[in-house]
Amino acid sequence: MLKKKNKIVLALIIALGFFVFNFVFPSYINSVVSWVQPKISFIPVLNQISGFPEKPFKLGLDLQGGSQLLYEADLSEVSGIENKDEAMQGLRDVIERRVNLFGVAESQVAVQREGESYRLSIELPGIKSLDEAIAMIGETPYLEFREEPADASNVDENTLALDYFIPTGLTGQYLKRASVIFNPTTYAPEVALEFNDEGSKMFEEITTRNVGKKLAIFIDNNLISAPNVNDAISGGNAQISGDFTAQEAKELARNLNAGALPVPISLISQNTVGPTLGAASLKTSLTAGILGLLGVCLFMLVFYRFSGLLSILALLCYTFILLSLFKLIPITLTLAGIGGLILSVGMAVDANVLIFERLREERQKTENFERAQEVAFQRAWPSIRDSNFTTLLIALIMFGFGTSFVKGFAVALSLGILASMFSALVVTKNLMMAFSATGLGKIKWLWQ
Amino acid sequence: MALAIIMYFNFIKNRKIFFVISITLVALSISAVLFFGLNLGIDFTGGATFGVNYQTKVPDFSEVQQVLAPLGLGEITLQKSGERGLVLKSKSITENQYGEILGILGGLGDIEEGSENFQSIGPLIGNELKQKTNIVIVLAIIAILLYIAVSFRKMSRPIKSYVYSVAGVVALFHDLLIPLGIFAVLGKLYGVEINIPIITAFLTVFGYSINDTVVVLDRIRENLIKNKTGDFAEAINDSLNQTFARSVNTSLTVLIVLSCLFIFGGEALRYFALTLLLGVGVGTYSSIFLVSPLVFSYTLAKQKRALRIK
Repeated sequence: MLKKKNKIVLALIIALGFFVFNFVFPSYINSVVSWVQPKISFIPVLNQISGFPEKPFKLGLDLQGGSQLLYEADLSEVSGIENKDEAMQGLRDVIERRVNLFGVAESQVAVQREGESYRLSIELPGIKSLDEAIAMIGETPYLEFREEPADASNVDENTLALDYFIPTGLTGQYLKRASVIFNPTTYAPEVALEFNDEGSKMFEEITTRNVGKKLAIFIDNNLISAPNVNDAISGGNAQISGDFTAQEAKELARNLNAGALPVPISLISQNTVGPTLGAASLKTSLTAGILGLLGVCLFMLVFYRFSGLLSILALLCYTFILLSLFKLIPITLTLAGIGGLILSVGMAVDANVLIFERLREERQKTENFERAQEVAFQRAWPSIRDSNFTTLLIALIMFGFGTSFVKGFAVALSLGILASMFSALVVTKNLMMAFSATGLGKIKWLWQ
Repeated sequence: MALAIIMYFNFIKNRKIFFVISITLVALSISAVLFFGLNLGIDFTGGATFGVNYQTKVPDFSEVQQVLAPLGLGEITLQKSGERGLVLKSKSITENQYGEILGILGGLGDIEEGSENFQSIGPLIGNELKQKTNIVIVLAIIAILLYIAVSFRKMSRPIKSYVYSVAGVVALFHDLLIPLGIFAVLGKLYGVEINIPIITAFLTVFGYSINDTVVVLDRIRENLIKNKTGDFAEAINDSLNQTFARSVNTSLTVLIVLSCLFIFGGEALRYFALTLLLGVGVGTYSSIFLVSPLVFSYTLAKQKRALRIK
């Protein structure tokens, strides 16, 4: 008879299978839910059921189409690692604003460090005019100070727009640097500005005629800050105070520096995939994956009969667990990742093969089927562990490699290996124990 | 009822045939690599590739060369990709020329919208990837060598553990060299390039195929301990016959999915899948037909020498 513990585990496996399947393909269960919902609306708890979240897979640029650009930043003018980091963040902010302006959804701008060099990686999904984007990204950030018009009436904070302010001629090239300081009396964070000689003179003139008014600072025509001028400021040192947090002050200083000390960037590599090509890649690789899965299922069924059938259930469970993980974490699905997933399907059943082959050997030794099963699982375990260990080891080494293709593949493979061990050692094992405890266990040819 | 159990195969008796096969293949591979060299892709050399799919058919290469000549792109290599795909490779296409080239190629025939792809890699990145690849390959080899050393540490009698380790290492290089030789030939004949995905596949093979070897040798050790009086050759034959179904079947499941990926998976993953197919195939062969007979022959030679010295 089936032990109580097995029953519980079996129930958990079925529940897990149900969840992961519906998580990957939520539309089936959701249509059932929305059909049932009105009919049971009078039951208090059940009418709260809302179905599964319809969360799509996150697709990489090679599958949805788009451009990936890698820029090398020339930071030779900036000294000190902390300053370099700050300069890169400032550059990143500037580029991100430009990219967002371009109207590309889910674009990403990230700083990468590679040994001594600093890089900016930009991902633009579904971009149409690459030339334009590249031209726009490559431009030097333009920082300028603008003043309020002479006939300024009371202005609402919300209408502080570019057109409202008048250029003063004071631009980023006159600003030496900006830094965060703390007010000696209030300890509040402030941003200190330092102008060069020419800039100091201009700044003095501007502040003199604008006391009590706003002085707006724009980068690439985006308003960064619009402090009030309290006094005329001479000597080229000014502070912007306000009730900002240290973080906000830092961000403002960074933005000002991005305009004051522009970091030249040069495009060192790029990869563009058209949307149709991406969709085609997705389709062909998925087709290959499904055919591969079917092929493996057929193979297991032919060679291992009923055990094979159980391993197919475990394999399906495995596939859906893996896909759920990709959705849940979420991991961006790339072509390399799909390659890794497909390969891991082939490797996942290996554990089952090892167990079934052992079972065959053990059954020649003993008549007791349940005993043979136990021994088979026990003996196969070191092989399963070792074979997965080396693959996992190599996957880890590959992960350190850094290139996106290799990383995507290594992540899919490692997750696949872990999920496959679970599916073989928990799912297959418990299914086998459950079915061999029934009358089916006595029909020998089924299990051969 | 795996195929293997149907008969008992004498691996040791036929070992010379397997040695000849392996030595020939390895020798051919090494000469292929030496003569043809390895065709490194732009991942390592830097440069650009530009691909489009035409709606009906790819225009003549000469025509393409002619219309692109005014752009001064330097030497351009043209290749077909699949039925309707055209791939253009050059050292010096810049991003600014992307739109221009797309326009010119569109003048030769209708291009499937959104089918274009363009990749350019600066020499800096190319060099960096080359270095990184070298490091990763060395790390992977060290990891596997350590694994072999640790796995066989406990093995001894009648064979010293280092013999197993050496056999494992020989198998590793055997599995690496043969696919590499095939890629040298493919590179020469069809312009197939060694790129990052192919390196990834090679690394994966490293991790995967060493296991079969370890399992077979582990079984030999088990059988040797079990029947101490037994014949050495018999112990090896027993072990190989016992593990044959396991080795073949685990590889077959992987080969099934890889074949699907190779045939149906599209251009982008084709040679990645091929590398894995070759690696896993050759790896399985070597773990069954090469490693154990190698251990046997070595031990035999040593015994003979010991007898002679006596």
